[in-house]
Amino acid sequence: MIPVAFHYIRARDIPDALRLLREGGEDAKLLAGGHSLIPMMKLRLATPGTIVDIGSVPGLAGITHDGMRIAIGALTTHAALAASRELQEHAPALAQAAGELGDPQVRNRGTIGGACAHGDPSADYPAVMLALDAAFTLTGEAGTRDVGADAFFVGMFETALSAREVLTSIAFAAAPNSAYVKFHHPASGYPVVGAAVNLTLAGERISAARVALTGVGDAPFRAHAVEAALTGAAVTDAARLDAACRAAAAGVDARGDAFASAEYRAAMADVFVRRAVAAALQPR
Amino acid sequence: MNVTICVNGEQRSLDVEPRLLLVQALREVLGLTGTHVGCDTSSCGACTVLLNGVSVKSCTMFAVQADGCNVTTIEGIGTREDLHPMQAAFWTQHGLQCGFCTPGMIISALDLIRRNPDPSDAEIRAGIEGNICRCTGYENIVKAVTVAAAAVRGA
Repeated sequence: MIPVAFHYIRARDIPDALRLLREGGEDAKLLAGGHSLIPMMKLRLATPGTIVDIGSVPGLAGITHDGMRIAIGALTTHAALAASRELQEHAPALAQAAGELGDPQVRNRGTIGGACAHGDPSADYPAVMLALDAAFTLTGEAGTRDVGADAFFVGMFETALSAREVLTSIAFAAAPNSAYVKFHHPASGYPVVGAAVNLTLAGERISAARVALTGVGDAPFRAHAVEAALTGAAVTDAARLDAACRAAAAGVDARGDAFASAEYRAAMADVFVRRAVAAALQPR
Repeated sequence: MNVTICVNGEQRSLDVEPRLLLVQALREVLGLTGTHVGCDTSSCGACTVLLNGVSVKSCTMFAVQADGCNVTTIEGIGTREDLHPMQAAFWTQHGLQCGFCTPGMIISALDLIRRNPDPSDAEIRAGIEGNICRCTGYENIVKAVTVAAAAVRGA
């Protein structure tokens, strides 16, 4: 499959990329690892006239942790995230999601920034980003702004990132009691259901909970009722945790397809949220 | 557009259209047809090559993105007279039938043992998750990787 011809320019740094985006106009598109964009270009679902390649911009990859917050450079590959001991310990939900998406070759090349900017509503990361309450740093020629995950993922292949901005990093508070558990679609590898949980503990009780699901409906969403029901629960109170994880997809129009009916997806949402809660509480 | 790619240890300069995929550059421009095109949709792994030492799907990358990089294809890992231990193990363990997936399978297996020199059967299956074989049922592929990993470790 051969994409439509395009003009290709490699950006040296972020200001250069922003200038090239402006000059390229409506037709310009950023390229990082290319694992969302190139397949769409090959199918001619995307036909950018200009490709601005930020894949070799220095300083955009890596994981930093200042003791409180963790920042991930947009060009960090899924493989680097999955292999990061820092994340495995301080934000396991993200390491788990990164290690379960696609396959090894995809993880070696695809980037977190590219995957998030692509805005695929059935991807793994949006649920994790919602659970971690991540902030997306968007850099434009006029300056930089931070957008929270709740506002970043707007809809189908649509995010808060404008055509004249670059997503440069993603930051969140350390989340040692977080987990992402996924029901893999056996062929596509996409989540039939993906559940991300981020618990804050006060002693033996859950003092705050963020729970988000992907794959279930047309967009990733937070299960607010589950969050409320988990809050205050003792971590050892299995019956209460079970009860809290029921009807996670209530009020959501669950998708049905040849592999999983809407009813099945909604039922699995509860099962996978419960598993994610158990994983988040697992001592490490 | 002019790009220089170090392919199997040799600097190659190519004049390519930006939309030319790396796999097409390897096969059609450089004549290295050991790297195969199976699905052409980033699923099957037949096009897997090493880019700066890590496995990637060369159908999901433009040749211009490999400018200045090292690319290793199946042609670059051994010779007919002196097979790489991974190639030898696929032969001795009958890790192939039609052979179409084999170049990609071998490159993925090399990436796996780079990260994990002594993988379990389950880890091997996870490591070749991005490669599809329609003949073997994977059983002998897993055996081949186990044997090759031991040979490379010197065990």
